[in-house]
Amino acid sequence: MLETKNLVKKFGSKTAVDDVSFTIEPGKTYLLLGPNGSGKTTWMKIAATLTKPTSGNVYWDGEPVGIESRKKISYMPTESYFYNWMRVADVGTYYRDFFEDFDEGKFREMLARLDLAPDARVRDLSSGMNAKLRLAAALSRYASVYLLDEPLNGIDLVARDQVLDTVIAAMTPDAAIVLSSHLVEEVESIASTAVFIRDGKILETRDTEELRDTDGQSLADRYRLLMR
Amino acid sequence: MQFDASLPIYQQVVTAIKKEIASGTIHPGDKLPSCRDLAVSYRINPNTAARVYQVLEAQEVAETRRGMGTYVRDDPQLKDTMLREMADGYTAQYVREMTGLGFDREELLKILAAWSDPEEKTKEDAGNRKEKTDA
Repeated sequence: MLETKNLVKKFGSKTAVDDVSFTIEPGKTYLLLGPNGSGKTTWMKIAATLTKPTSGNVYWDGEPVGIESRKKISYMPTESYFYNWMRVADVGTYYRDFFEDFDEGKFREMLARLDLAPDARVRDLSSGMNAKLRLAAALSRYASVYLLDEPLNGIDLVARDQVLDTVIAAMTPDAAIVLSSHLVEEVESIASTAVFIRDGKILETRDTEELRDTDGQSLADRYRLLMR
Repeated sequence: MQFDASLPIYQQVVTAIKKEIASGTIHPGDKLPSCRDLAVSYRINPNTAARVYQVLEAQEVAETRRGMGTYVRDDPQLKDTMLREMADGYTAQYVREMTGLGFDREELLKILAAWSDPEEKTKEDAGNRKEKTDA
């Protein structure tokens, strides 16, 4: 279980995350929805221990995130972090050296599923293919939490289906998936919980089917209503 | 499948599966995909897929056999039951929409009769085509 308690992150005078508290439970798929600059990426980076909080924290099994949580939390960042000299297959080797839970067989399967040639050079990949490679690497770990930051960014329609199918296949009762996206419509049907964020604050957390059932609203409807 | 995102997804998948039974695409006694496979094929959350099967079981359309998976209930009447349920649903929708437009019962029946009469229907289609060509 990943718990965020009274988390604050300031960059100079700007507050990127403003006293946020929420809990990520296994078996669910969370969707962080909010405009650019609302604090989604900052929260993920703190949970992935790439940025330190100003106050409050994110806790994994009751302990502040750190070396232990990194073994359990797999993070797909929005930007490419691979070296240009790497080939696609080298990313697997690199990951294997870093993470005990990385499964090279699973990684090879994912590359095939996502139409990525193992011998292609990373520097020759389009932005969409690079995103697919980052996704394959992140989902080839047997993690307890997967943090996927904008996995559909720069991805064309056909690849989008591949990405969604890959993410659905990774959903297990033991793991939580947290997706951030501003493409609300594309991810409507795969999320179980929507977290609406604006200006570093959580406006609302909703079960997606409950929202449709009781309010007759889609996530996109709700998003427009809340962000207006 | 294209969902109406303002209606619960599980209900839409339940209807889709019932429609497959009504149309004879799947049959009583057939094994249904696992929750995981259902989730992938409809591109939905696996928890939603599990709920689809719970609802189908509660409505006695499907049954789970321990350790074997979920099956369409092996009932020869099931196809007819599903057909009637679908027909009721579409008819109710038709009547609701038409009544909303101000048609009364008699007019509804007249329109339906004309529509289901093959000769009248052909004339109508030809008329529609002509209109389109004219435009």
